[in-house]
Amino acid sequence: MSKLTMKTEGETHIVVTRNFAASPEAVYRAHTDPNLIQKWLLGPEGWTMPVCINDARPGGKFRYEWAHPKKGSFHITGEFLELEPPTRIVHVERMFLPERTPDNHVETRFEADGTGTLMTMRMTLPDSQTRAAMLATGMEHGMEASYARLETMI
Amino acid sequence: MELNATFAALADPTRRAILARLARGEATVMELAKPFEMSQPAISQHLKVLEDAGLIARRIDGSRRPRRLAKAGIDALDQWLAMLRKAFEQNYQRLDAVLAGMEPPEIKTKIKRGAKQ
Repeated sequence: MSKLTMKTEGETHIVVTRNFAASPEAVYRAHTDPNLIQKWLLGPEGWTMPVCINDARPGGKFRYEWAHPKKGSFHITGEFLELEPPTRIVHVERMFLPERTPDNHVETRFEADGTGTLMTMRMTLPDSQTRAAMLATGMEHGMEASYARLETMI
Repeated sequence: MELNATFAALADPTRRAILARLARGEATVMELAKPFEMSQPAISQHLKVLEDAGLIARRIDGSRRPRRLAKAGIDALDQWLAMLRKAFEQNYQRLDAVLAGMEPPEIKTKIKRGAKQ
């Protein structure tokens, strides 16, 4: 199974692809059913998702909250714009860290690929600076995890 | 050696936060000090480490000295992308397990058929 790819495209996009050993129906459900989302959309180790509310229909809203015993909590809110089960989800989301970040427009596609599914997620940020800031936020969290691992190795 | 300076500069959470802030656009020492509740000298010390590592640069604008990301700082964005990739991969490995635990409808049907025989 091919692994994750993640790259910037143009000035404002980030494109993520990943293969899954399951049907597009199953992968679509895992992206829209809150009971399933809560099991995997957790980010780095130690984070849990105590609140996972969504109304998966066009115009429906969602709210996901994450918590960490030492690092506190943050949340995102968003709206579903288009839902075409099991092939396509279009939504918009923003983070509250606690200050509100600019809207991230996300199109997620699920295509049958052999016996599995190829997912392509295309994020569009308002401008290149916002995209840089989003990557920087990822770095802040990612570095923490890397250094924690480094500490356990030493 | 330059890599070590970069690594050391990025080892501090305040300095990473400063870089994250500068990724949104240039800022003066005063503007940078505000969100961190740190004194300007303390922030200046962090800025010096970042500047020595080549991650940020300063511009002269009258009496202001706004800092911005330098080439190496922008290159670091690519490394940050690699780290973000890691966080996503952790999510998707969990999703693999969730999907493995979801019974595909076809298999359920087959089991039912098998049970009838």
